[in-house]
Amino acid sequence: MIRSLPNSKPYTWSFNLFIIAYFTFLFAPLAVTCILAFNDSNFPSMPWNGFSLDWFTSPGPERVGIFHDDQNLRSIWTSFQTAFYVAILSTVVGTCSAFLFEQEEFPFKKSLYFLMLAPLVIPGVILGISLLLAANTAGTFFEESFGIDVGIFRPSFWLVVLGQFSFITTFVTLVVSARLKKFDNSLEEAAMILGATRLEAIWFVTLRYLRPAVIGAAAVAFLMSFENFNTTLFLVGSEPTLPINLYLQVRDGSTPVINSISLLLISGTSILALFNLYFSKKED
Amino acid sequence: MMGNGFRITFWLFLSPVLLWLFLLIVIPHIDLLLLSFRGESDMGDPIWTLQNYKNFFIEPIYWYTFLRTALYAMITTFCTFILALPVSFYIVKLARPRTRGFLTVLLLLPFWVSELVRVYGWMILLRESGVFNYFMLKMGIIDQPIEMLYNDITMIMGLVYTSMLFMVVPLISVMESLDDSLIEAAHDLEASRFDILRTIIIPHCKPGITSGSIVVFMLALGNYLTPNLMGGKNSLWFTEQIYNQFIASFNWNQGAAFGFLLLVLSSVIIWVGLKVTRQNLGEVAS
Repeated sequence: MIRSLPNSKPYTWSFNLFIIAYFTFLFAPLAVTCILAFNDSNFPSMPWNGFSLDWFTSPGPERVGIFHDDQNLRSIWTSFQTAFYVAILSTVVGTCSAFLFEQEEFPFKKSLYFLMLAPLVIPGVILGISLLLAANTAGTFFEESFGIDVGIFRPSFWLVVLGQFSFITTFVTLVVSARLKKFDNSLEEAAMILGATRLEAIWFVTLRYLRPAVIGAAAVAFLMSFENFNTTLFLVGSEPTLPINLYLQVRDGSTPVINSISLLLISGTSILALFNLYFSKKED
Repeated sequence: MMGNGFRITFWLFLSPVLLWLFLLIVIPHIDLLLLSFRGESDMGDPIWTLQNYKNFFIEPIYWYTFLRTALYAMITTFCTFILALPVSFYIVKLARPRTRGFLTVLLLLPFWVSELVRVYGWMILLRESGVFNYFMLKMGIIDQPIEMLYNDITMIMGLVYTSMLFMVVPLISVMESLDDSLIEAAHDLEASRFDILRTIIIPHCKPGITSGSIVVFMLALGNYLTPNLMGGKNSLWFTEQIYNQFIASFNWNQGAAFGFLLLVLSSVIIWVGLKVTRQNLGEVAS
């Protein structure tokens, strides 16, 4: 049954086979996507026509590789910018929120904590539409009362940032809180007895201690933002992010350039993930 | 110790959190609720109305899609659990300690990759001109390519695949705290494997099962990408109805009503799940 007990051969073998099958199931779609990025063909499908880098480097006009595909490159850049701002914003606010719920006592703390967790259970699509509606209401209000047109209230880059920020901050809070729970408060008190103000103590002592968790949370926030689809779908304006842009291409018939983008994404995220894992290992 | 410095830091922490939660979560959802009760009179003037909700109950396609989505999300959650239980059991209790870390990393990696890429991979594999069909034709298993996309089973498989991680991770962490000696004792007393599973492993894993199920259920319910791309036109997923109201028909009030109904559905089911297993959201989140 478990390692320490004698197990029958058929039991061990069938379990091993199951695990192999499971991992094949996990990796098959990714592996096939990557392999077909190098196929010398105009469609992302078999048969194998030989190895080619066309879908990465070809300048067109027949095959446009990803490095020459302006539209896709632009959406990658948009996603980078979005993820950058979301990561910074949500890390700052999420860290504040972790301090608030771990170290402060105040009335209605329980209810506010519950509210902070709410984005975990609100479907992303609902977050997107409610923000779209509220932004629209606010935009109409400003236009009718003051006669000014506020760009941020229309589907746009910043509305996407706000939409993603609204739920990613909850994840940052949870990650930073988990580390803050292990913090020995007497360190902060010692700093204050030695004359530091509370802010100084937090800045020089607590935040130093939290650094690995904060960096890890920022990396997770960056990735979550980079890949977000559901919330972004309703808030996106004239600058589509990469997932939205890819979705439109996949839906309307695809070329292997999507495979090459996928390959880049898979390698990029794997590196970031391993990096993050390495850091969180060091932390323990 | 409650000097001035404490109050300053308190407000420093509280104000961004309040701004975030009220401006981006509370007010938008109140707006969603209010707008779902708005509509136009016969003269075209804006009025308060229940019409949006009436439409939902009158048009069979709407509530049929709603129920179907809820049912399929539950089936997805159940399948994910059935698949995740042996996987996490193997990793925690059967794999050698050295392969264990490696397997865990391997398990997590695909989920860092965008959902769109994963769904796209399945589309390449399963479609009529896909890789599976190519090899099956080559090997002579079939004479005609089969369209394996755009049916309910494929769609559920896709949903299980995309939300797998959120079941495996809580199960692994909860199984790590399960004392091996309990299983050894049961084994010595000649309990069958099934009995050990039923009376020791599952009861011990309950908190992990609950939190995993909640997250998987919610993700499946609110998913748009997987049903849309793998289920095709027949997928009839409720998020697609919401999308259609917003983007295609431009009927935002109707869309708001649908959105609110979906929110109520997911909250009710999560609440029931927590009640039945006697847990609260705070425990589950941690």
